[in-house]
Amino acid sequence: MSDERIVAVVMPKWGLAMEEGQVNEWLVEEGSEIKVGDEILEVETDKIAGTVEAADAGTLRRRLAEPGTVYPVKALLGVLADASVSDTDIDAFVADYVVPAAAEGEDEDAGPSYQFLELGDQRLRYAQRGDGDQAVVLIHGFGGDLDNWLFNLDTLAEGYTVYALDLPGHGQSSKRLDDPTLAGLAKTVNAFMEALEIDRAHLVGHSMGGGLALRLAQQHPERVRSLGLISCAGLGETIDWDYIHGFVAAENRRQLKNVMTKLFADPSLVNRKLVDDVLRYKRLDGVSETLTQLADTLFANGQQRERPAEGFDPAKVPTLVIWGEQDQILPVAQAEGLGQGASVRVVPDAGHMVQMEAASTVNSALLAHFGEH
Amino acid sequence: MARTLSMKDAINEALDQEMTRDPNVIVMGEDIVGGTGSPGEADAWGGVLGVTKGLYAKHGDRLMDTPLSESAYIGAAIGAAACGMRPVAELMFIDFMGVCLDEIFNQAAKFKYMFGGKAETPVVIRAMVGAGFRAAAQHSQMLTPMFTHIPGLKVVCPSNAYDAKGLLIQSIRDNDPVIFCEHKNLYASETDVPDESYTIPFGEANVVREGGHCTIVTYGAMVHKSMEAAKELAKDGVECEIIDLRTLSPIDMDTVLESVETTGRLVCVDEANPRCSIAADVSASVGQEAFDALKAPIQMVTAPHTPVPFSPALEDLYIPSAERIASAVRKTVSH
Repeated sequence: MSDERIVAVVMPKWGLAMEEGQVNEWLVEEGSEIKVGDEILEVETDKIAGTVEAADAGTLRRRLAEPGTVYPVKALLGVLADASVSDTDIDAFVADYVVPAAAEGEDEDAGPSYQFLELGDQRLRYAQRGDGDQAVVLIHGFGGDLDNWLFNLDTLAEGYTVYALDLPGHGQSSKRLDDPTLAGLAKTVNAFMEALEIDRAHLVGHSMGGGLALRLAQQHPERVRSLGLISCAGLGETIDWDYIHGFVAAENRRQLKNVMTKLFADPSLVNRKLVDDVLRYKRLDGVSETLTQLADTLFANGQQRERPAEGFDPAKVPTLVIWGEQDQILPVAQAEGLGQGASVRVVPDAGHMVQMEAASTVNSALLAHFGEH
Repeated sequence: MARTLSMKDAINEALDQEMTRDPNVIVMGEDIVGGTGSPGEADAWGGVLGVTKGLYAKHGDRLMDTPLSESAYIGAAIGAAACGMRPVAELMFIDFMGVCLDEIFNQAAKFKYMFGGKAETPVVIRAMVGAGFRAAAQHSQMLTPMFTHIPGLKVVCPSNAYDAKGLLIQSIRDNDPVIFCEHKNLYASETDVPDESYTIPFGEANVVREGGHCTIVTYGAMVHKSMEAAKELAKDGVECEIIDLRTLSPIDMDTVLESVETTGRLVCVDEANPRCSIAADVSASVGQEAFDALKAPIQMVTAPHTPVPFSPALEDLYIPSAERIASAVRKTVSH
């Protein structure tokens, strides 16, 4: 166990509720050279399918997990080690490996434990992870919640203090929305940062959350260390109204699944549980009204009504734009909407939920971006 | 906040939230304030099994302990509903419905029809159903089919705490009479339940497990027995799709038919007695609508055509078991 030359590939814990996951398939052969961030195997949880990425480099010496089998969180799935490590040592490592039991207070390390912040008569749910000097605030998009950052939170938290919140009207935050504009939402996020004494942060916004982050950067540039804008609203003219309208109107699982498949380049990622969770959210009192309000104010008939990019100078706030090349909600051409000053990263084989679908690419791009600023 | 809640507490929370939201919601029934062992108002027990515990302290006189006369208070609840209130009447055990059937079958279920759609009867009648509680023949029946037979009634039977809360809120907001059947053996079972109010629409079955070899259609406590059976069958490579009907009137046959069209095999599991049961009803519809999709005869797993025995050993044999469900699935699959 203490052999530092040997690295365990284990069942990840994506979110507080995850206790086990099923290994779907190995994506690399035994004996392959693995770089940090390489996708090693595919795991399906009751939430979503995702890939386990290498946290360390090495040779994949053992593939222990059987595809189609369910393993508990932190179970040993494979072994990475340098070619110089003997088979005997690896066998000993495998034989000695014990799935660590969840220790007290473990939940905080193991997944986003949620907290609530009372802001006036509003309640905001958020997750806080890591203890780096600099803060990162993750802002989800229209109809989303903080679980949209399931595959990003832990990785980013290794070097930063990361906050992810549910916007008003979303997730488990209060459902009432007083001001359904990007500026209105930005005001809430600003108040959230003030209440938690986050003076300055790297803001990462997805879709509508990106437009909100842009607004916040204009209103309070002193609060923003850098911007990460992922499939960002407000950089172009159009948005897929079939999606927005369909999402708001969907009354059952089938209708919702049909629109949600538009979010990913690979529609098979939209499993039953993912749709169920969104349906459960949509059925909460007040959600339908709030989503209708937001859709009509921001995106009516597929026209983006607010243009937070106008008057924004990326030379003053370092900005990285990330886009899934197969985005069906906001066309990838809009990635150029901020002009020369912003860096743009287009991710192939990924759709609108690029931070979930290509988590490792997005995570390393964001970390590099934070590191420079 | 997502947290786990027992079905009993989820029902309590639904009542509490709806009473808070709408002053027309009232709760009435035998011992719903007091109940077993309660020395007084201060620590009122809240029903036989404590489902309404704590509501009296919050909502006071909007909870009414009634005399032991089902015909009187169910009639009163239906009358109050016709006059604009939204009463939730608790009938303890569904087995006691016999004494107030006229109010339910002939009055509540007929008002809208007889008054040309102008009368509404937003009443909910909650009652415990099901066997396995060692409560003998008069407190253990699964009488759901008696109510699905009557046009004008909606019939709900949740299998878990999440569904129970959303379906009860929907029942209270619905403008028609609803028979809300609570399986007493599920009261302690826990699931994630949002603390906010939410509704689940009627007539929407829930596919609780996906599988390509055989469809199991069921509801209530039998959902859990079917899941147990499916787990065993999966070890032999047989994958069952399990459909929890959730509401029996209206019934979501679309989901059932769609599944049978894929699997070609159907097992209906019902804790009710077999004749004219939900299982028989679903089987007949599938036989009529999807005959060409079937690869094997439909199987029904139900209680036998006997009263619920008081002998624990016999009662356990009476209730459909995971083993019986699994063997019915094996029979269709090997056909």
